[in-house]
Amino acid sequence: MTLGRVAGTVVATRKDPRLEGHTLLIVKPVSPEGKEEAGYLVAVDTVSAGNRELVLTVSGSSARMAHGCKDKPVDCVIVGIVDEVALDDRK
Amino acid sequence: MYLGRVTGRLWSSIKNPGLEAQRLLIVQPVTPEGEPTGKALICTDATGAGAGELIYWVRGREATFAFQGVDVPSDATIVGIVDEIHLGKRKPGGGA
Amino acid sequence: MLIARVIGDLTATRKHPSHEGKKILLVQPLELDGSNRGQPVVALDSVNAGIGERVLLTLDGYAAFTAVGETLSPIDAAVIGIVDHVEMDSSPAFASTSPAKKKKKQDSDQHQDR
Repeated sequence: MTLGRVAGTVVATRKDPRLEGHTLLIVKPVSPEGKEEAGYLVAVDTVSAGNRELVLTVSGSSARMAHGCKDKPVDCVIVGIVDEVALDDRK
Repeated sequence: MYLGRVTGRLWSSIKNPGLEAQRLLIVQPVTPEGEPTGKALICTDATGAGAGELIYWVRGREATFAFQGVDVPSDATIVGIVDEIHLGKRKPGGGA
Repeated sequence: MLIARVIGDLTATRKHPSHEGKKILLVQPLELDGSNRGQPVVALDSVNAGIGERVLLTLDGYAAFTAVGETLSPIDAAVIGIVDHVEMDSSPAFASTSPAKKKKKQDSDQHQDR
């Protein structure tokens, strides 16, 4: 799983019927230290994440294990809103 | 599976029901010599690993199989805590 | 599947039950020229491979857990063979077995990405 920050939404009127009712969000990858990284993901939201929120995404076929995503054509899902990240300061 | 070191922990109260009661740990992939390699990621945990521990983790769909009978939406799961590594003589370039 | 070299092994007391009683190897995937291909991976052993041996590695989950007899378990890599010998298109022994030697060469020139 990776961390990301919600950076936008995707609206699609014509889409696979199994995606009806799902919000698609644009997520920018973020390192555990909070640094924004290159690239972006389009992910299905299962936790009602808001703009600029730090979220947890799961990708690949594991994404379909998320509640509400069974047998749907999705490969990236937001599965959590991050409250806190603690890093081991021993280097 | 891949070697990694637990470098942190993450808390989330609003999450997909499949992740309820799962510990979420931050893992930095490492080489057999212990050097960091590649990007850190978040793993669910099937072993009870703690901060600083050397572990090995499984990626992809197989990560969900660590929690038998429960549908956990995870693409990376810690499946073992490493006690010891034995390295043979490592030839530069792998050798043919 | 990939060719890889066993560079070590590891022990783990606390691990997923499906890994109990199995040898856990550290293997370095190799390119065809024998150079390293990315970082070493942790793989379960199904053929009793030893350190230093050249082996056949699968990084497909289904193949891996089937090979070690643990269906639907958290295993994404397994050593499924020990490589005795590799013959390449360029080696005389392999090329002489091919009747369409010339055609094959043209094809491979066209598909250099393979």
